[in-house]
This record gives sequence, C-alpha cells and structure tokens, in this order.
Amino acid sequence: MKGMKNIFAGRWGIIGVGVIIGILAPLLQKLGNPGNMGICVACFERDIAGALGLHRAAVVQYIRPEIIGFVVGSLIAAYLFKEFRPRLGSAPIVRFFLGVFAMIGALVFLGCPWRAALRLAGGDGNAILGLLGLIFGVWIGTLFLKGGYNLGRTQQTQPAAGWMLPLFMVGLFLLMLVFPQIEGKEKSGVLFYSLKGPGSMHAPLAVSLMVGLFIGFLAQRSRFCTMGAIRDFVLFRQSHLLSGFIALIVTAFIANFILGQFKAGFAGQPVSHTMHLWNFAGMALSGLAFCLAGGCPGRQLFLSGEGDGDAAIFVMGMIVGAGIAHNFGLASSPAGVGPYGIPAVIVGIAVCLFIGFTMRKRIA
Amino acid sequence: MSKTVDARGLSCPQPVLMTLDEIKTGGADEIIVLVDSDASKENVSRAAENKGWNVAAITEKASGYHITIKKG
Repeated sequence: MKGMKNIFAGRWGIIGVGVIIGILAPLLQKLGNPGNMGICVACFERDIAGALGLHRAAVVQYIRPEIIGFVVGSLIAAYLFKEFRPRLGSAPIVRFFLGVFAMIGALVFLGCPWRAALRLAGGDGNAILGLLGLIFGVWIGTLFLKGGYNLGRTQQTQPAAGWMLPLFMVGLFLLMLVFPQIEGKEKSGVLFYSLKGPGSMHAPLAVSLMVGLFIGFLAQRSRFCTMGAIRDFVLFRQSHLLSGFIALIVTAFIANFILGQFKAGFAGQPVSHTMHLWNFAGMALSGLAFCLAGGCPGRQLFLSGEGDGDAAIFVMGMIVGAGIAHNFGLASSPAGVGPYGIPAVIVGIAVCLFIGFTMRKRIA
Repeated sequence: MSKTVDARGLSCPQPVLMTLDEIKTGGADEIIVLVDSDASKENVSRAAENKGWNVAAITEKASGYHITIKKG
C-alpha cells in the first residue's frame, strides 16, 4: 500500500478524522465513560497508573482499553502502510520529565487537550480557561522553537525497541483478561478496579478497545495532533491540523446535543473545578511540555505505535507523573486544586523553561 | 543554485522550520530536503507549497526521502 497516496494527509482527511473522533467520544460517554471524558488521554493513563497500583486514589483505577487501542491501532496502520520505523535517542530523559510535568499540569486542570475540547463541547465553561492556557503554553513553546530549541536527532534501532510500548499495551490487555473486574471487588489479582468515581465508569471493554483501535489507525494515517494544531497555526499560520481539532469540537458539540449530554455552565460540571487561574496555569504547563516534546498525549501514543521509542519514554513519563500527582496531593479534584498542586505547577513551568532555554544545541 | 537541508532524524516541526529558513535566506531556487518519515515528507511538501514553491520530485531512498522543491 506504499504507493497509494495518503488520503488522510489532505485537508478533508484530517477534518474527517476530527469528525469521527467527535462522534465516537460522546458515544463512549453514552456507553459508560465518565462525563465529558469519552476520551481523555491523560485521565486514562492516570487510570492505568491507578489500576497498576502506582497510585492508590481509589476513584481512578481502571486499565483503559482505549489507550491500548490507540497504540496498537497505530502499530497496525504503520505496518500496513510500511511506516513502522524503530527509532530513539533524541534526549530520552528530557522527554521523560516533560511527560511527568505534562501529566501533572493536566491533572491540575483535570484533562488533556482532548478532554479540554470535549469539556467545551459538553458545555463546561472551565474548559475555556484550560484551552486558553493550552494556547498560551504552546505559544511559549513556539518562541523556544523559533530560538533554535530542539531535542536532537533520533537514530534507527532494532524493531524490538519500537515494539516496547506496543508490547507493554498488549501486556496490560492480557492482565485485564487474566484478572477481570469482579463485581463489588476493588482488586482482582494484581489489578485495582474503582468501585465508585470516574474509574468505575467505563464503556464495555470490547467497545472501548475497538474504538481505540479505529482511532489509533486513523490518527496514525492523518497525524492528528491537538497540540500541533495550535503550534502549526502560531508558528506557520498553517491551519491543516487545526481544522481537524476544530472539526472534533464542533462535531462533539452536535453529538452531545443530540445525545442529551450538553449542559452549559461553570459550576457542577463533571470531573472539573472552577479555580480559573489554575485551570489556565495547569494547561499552560501541559501545553508547554507537549510543545517541547513535539506532540499532544494522543500523538505521543500514535508515534509510539510507529516505533518511536522517544515518544514511548514520554508516555511512560506521563504514567509515572500520574503516580506522583496522586500520591503526593498534586492532582485536583472537583473540590479544587490539591494541597501541593500550585507549587507543582510552578516547579513544572520552571523545569520546562530550563529545558527550553538549554536544549538548543546546533544540529550537526 | 541548489541547496540541501538534512532533516533526517528530526521530528516536526524541525524539518519544516529548517526548510522555511532556507527559503527565507534566499539565494537558492532549488532546495533538496532530506527527511526520514512520511509525516515529515507531507509536512515539508505542504509548507513549501504554502510558500508558493513547487514540489518537483520526491525520491525514496534507503534512508528516507529526498524532496526537491523549486521556487514557483
């Protein structure tokens, strides 16, 4: 299929993918996923961290099959179209910490860019602050990019290295089969399952997995990226990826309306708080970290599926970051920011600025 | 005059930034951009066309793609 022109690389391709995600995410919510959380890459990775016991916040523990599907769906597309390219070595440790702080910022806001879009499409006004923060963070990132910031070249490596994250995902899926959820039990074998809260709310496993695989496939082909959408517009005035992101928001808004899931307002929105400054700042930190790492959390999963070991490191950073955020009171809750959320955002921004100012080695 | 931009091993937006820098510097009316991923190939082609340049040829090599762009 190599010779075939990539239809998803065109304007209508990326818009089509945005529309499809905009339909599927509200449907996942209808089928059981938490409010305005049909898909949230950060939240779902946090739930995976909880299911593995990396944190013990009882309300957010579930191996989310959507995430498994994102990586494996991308892997399938990459192999089918001969784009699987095992590579790594572009400042992995820096990417790890960018992942950690991207997650901490996302958990102060309570969502990644995907969920910020879905929250807006569900009528949650707090998402406006989050999206403004995201734009601000990405804008800061583009200033570094213009100033010569880069994480250096990757190197080709053995296919097995590119398989590490996909295999980890397959492993998580096998764990779910070996230790399935037991009604009324908070633990099944080595896995934790939430009995209440967002972690207890999920669409049927097979549906979540199939939707994940489908989106993973489409996103690999179209290079869908919510951070790139903003970055490319700010940096080059290019609206290619942005048109996909906007298509997602508009479609999800219509879908929510039809499904009766639209509720406008600031207070009492599902899994959200109304501390505007920290909604803004949390997402600004995330946006900056995503921009410095070259992709939104979804894109990092899709890149991992095509064999990008550096993106895989970022993903692992996010999962570890979720453990840190919930173990040490950095993550927000509907009551507001956690006891150490505010200093964590400040430290995170300082770390990202340090990385932005220092990683500017000339490309040989 | 032809110039070469080697963006292999770099992920976006670097290949696009390097290509646009070379376009902006002027001098060259043909630029050959070396990339090693399909996403970079698409992005560089799209950015060049946005600047009014033509994608004259894309040849596949073992190490990726050679994209030849020409001033429109």
